[in-house]
Amino acid sequence: MKTENQKAWFFVLPVLLLVAFNALIPMMTVVNYSVQETFGDNVFFWQGLDWFQQILRSDRFHAALGRQFMFTFLILIIEVPLGIAIALSMPRQGFWVPVCLVLMALPMLIPWNVVGAMWNIFTLPDIGLLGYFLNHTLGIDYDMTQDPVAAWVTIVTMDVWHWTSLVVLLSYAGLVSIPDAYYQAAKIDGASSWSVFRYIQLPKMKTVLTIAILLRFMDSFNIYTEPFVLTGGGPGNSTTLLSIDLVKIALGQFDLGPAAAMSLIYFAITLLVSWLFYTLMTKDDQN
Amino acid sequence: MAKITLSKLRHSYMPNPKSDSDYALKEIDLDWNDGGAYALLGPSGCGKSTLLNIISGLLVPSEGQILFDGQDVTELPPDQRNIAQVFQFPVIYDTMTVYDNLAFPLRNRGRDEETVKRRVMAIAEMLEVTDMLTTRASNLSPDNKQKISMGRGLVREDVNVVMFDEPLTVIDPHLKWKLRSKLKELHQRVKATMIYVTHDQTEALTFADQVVVMQLGEVVQIGTPVELFERPAHTFVGHFIGSPGMNILPCTLTGGVAEIEGQPVALEGPVSGTAAGKTEVGIRPEFVTLTTDTPDSGLPATITKVSDVGRHTVVECNCLGHKVNAVIDGGVPGGKGTPVHLEFQRDQTRLYVDGWLATQPEHLT
Repeated sequence: MKTENQKAWFFVLPVLLLVAFNALIPMMTVVNYSVQETFGDNVFFWQGLDWFQQILRSDRFHAALGRQFMFTFLILIIEVPLGIAIALSMPRQGFWVPVCLVLMALPMLIPWNVVGAMWNIFTLPDIGLLGYFLNHTLGIDYDMTQDPVAAWVTIVTMDVWHWTSLVVLLSYAGLVSIPDAYYQAAKIDGASSWSVFRYIQLPKMKTVLTIAILLRFMDSFNIYTEPFVLTGGGPGNSTTLLSIDLVKIALGQFDLGPAAAMSLIYFAITLLVSWLFYTLMTKDDQN
Repeated sequence: MAKITLSKLRHSYMPNPKSDSDYALKEIDLDWNDGGAYALLGPSGCGKSTLLNIISGLLVPSEGQILFDGQDVTELPPDQRNIAQVFQFPVIYDTMTVYDNLAFPLRNRGRDEETVKRRVMAIAEMLEVTDMLTTRASNLSPDNKQKISMGRGLVREDVNVVMFDEPLTVIDPHLKWKLRSKLKELHQRVKATMIYVTHDQTEALTFADQVVVMQLGEVVQIGTPVELFERPAHTFVGHFIGSPGMNILPCTLTGGVAEIEGQPVALEGPVSGTAAGKTEVGIRPEFVTLTTDTPDSGLPATITKVSDVGRHTVVECNCLGHKVNAVIDGGVPGGKGTPVHLEFQRDQTRLYVDGWLATQPEHLT
C-alpha cells in the first residue's frame, strides 16, 4: 500500500522557512546589490552585469584568486599526506589512544581569532617565542610583517597546525575500522608495506578522506579570521586572500555593488570546485 | 605439499603464564598428513583459531615446534611458509579486479606475467569465476568474494597447506552447501593439505576425512566422522557432536557392572583401567528404543517432550531423575506423561570415567 497525500509539506515547510530566512533571503539581497548601484537613501540604479564584468576583468581580483588557490593548494598538499602519515603512526589500542586523540583534537578546539592572535604573538621577532628563537638564536632573519615569504610560511604553518588534526582524526577512524584479517591475509600473500597501504589502507580510508579533503578545501578557500588577525593581508597585499579582499571592498571602500558581485562569483567558484572534487573522487564507485 | 607436525605446542597470550588455565593451548602433539582434509572442531574459545594462526605463522607459540616435512618453521613469517588462509569474512582487495586479486600473491613473489596468467586462468576456471575476471572485486557478492579469497590461496602451486577459518559464516544458507561441495571438489583436485576450522559439526563432518575435536585448549579426539559419532573418546565429543548429543547418565560401577540409580545397565564390553573417579554411562539417542510394554530389562521413564524434527522424532524422557533423549523413526508411543521403558542398544552403550571412554568392544577382548 502506497499512501499519496501532501502531508510531507508540513514537515518540510518549517525547514524551508528557516533556510529562507537565514540563507535565501540574505542571499537575494546580495543578488539585488550585485546588479544595481546605490548612493544611499534606498535609491537604486540598474547596472545589469557591469559589476560582474568589472570584477572578472580586474587584476586585483585575479591576484586575490590566485593567492587563494595557492593557499588552498599548499595546505591541502601538506595537510592530507601529513594527516595520513600521523594517523598511520598512531597506536591502535592501549593507554596512548585517548591521549593521542585528545592531543590531536586540541588545536581544533581553539577559537579561530585566538589562533590568529596566538600565532601573531608567537612569531613576533622581539618577544615571540618562535620569532625570537629564529632571529636571535638561529640567526635567521625572520619578520612576517616585512617579508612576504615569511608571511606565507607563517599562515600556511598556522593552518597546518590548526587543521591537520581533522585529516588525522578522519583517517584514523577509517584505519581502525579495517579488520585484522586484511593485514593477516596481506602477510600471507607476501604483500610489502607499500602494497598494504596502497591496496588495503588507502581504499578503506577513501570515503573519509574524500570528506576530509572536501571540508579542508571549503574551509581553507573561505578562510578569513586567522590570516586577518595574523597578517591583516600584508605585508602589502601579499597575503590578501579572496575573503580578506572582499571585506576590504565591501566594508573598507563601501563598494556594495562590486562586493556583492564578487561574493557571488566567490560562492560559485567554491561550489564548482567542491562539486568537481567530489565527482572526481567518487567516480570510481559508480561503475 | 608437506606433512605438518606440531610438537609439544603450548601457547599463552599472557607474558608470564603460571597455571594451566593461563594457556590458550595446552600441550598439543599432532601430525597432519600430506594431502589430508582435516577439520578442527570445537566451541568458540577452545583455541582452534589460535592453533590455526600458529600453523600459518601469524602467531609464534610460547613453547614447542612446528615442523613442515621435518623442517622447523616455528619462527618463520607467514609469507615464507607457503601456506594459504581463508578468513571468516572474505578478504579481497577492493580496488583491484578479480584477475589482479588472484594474481596478487604471485606478483608479490616476483613471478613472470606468463606464469601468473596461466595460474590465474587455471584457478578461475576451477572456481568458475572466469566470466568475472575483469570485474572490480568490490562489486562481487559475498560468496564470490569468499571464492576469490580461496582462489588467492590456491593460486600458488607450491602451497603447503590451505587453512579455512570458519569461511562460510557470512554466506547465505543455500550457497553454503554449494560452496562446501566446491571445497571438497577442490581438495580432490589440488591435493593440498586442508585444515578447516569450524564450530559447526555438519560443516566439519561433511568436509573432513579426519576431524580434530578441541575443548579448552586441548585436543580431545581425532577421528573419522563415523568414529566421532560412534565411539566418542570423551563425553564432550559425545555431547558436542550429534543432534541431540549423546545421553550422559551418572552411574555407579561395582564389580564391572554399571548401575544407574540402582538399575543395572549392560555395557558394550569390559571396563579397562582402574575405573576410579566419576563414572558415567554414554548412549547416543539414536540407539535408545522406547517400549510401552513392561519388559524384563530396560529402565523405567516418563516422556516429557516430543519434538518432530522432520525425518525423525526426538523424544525427551525423564529416566530415574535424569534427562534422556531418544531418536525414533517410527511412531511415538504416546505424548507427554506416558510411562515407557527405555532399552539401550548394548554394543553402543559406553562407560566414561572422569569424562574419558573406559570400555572396549566385546570382540576386541
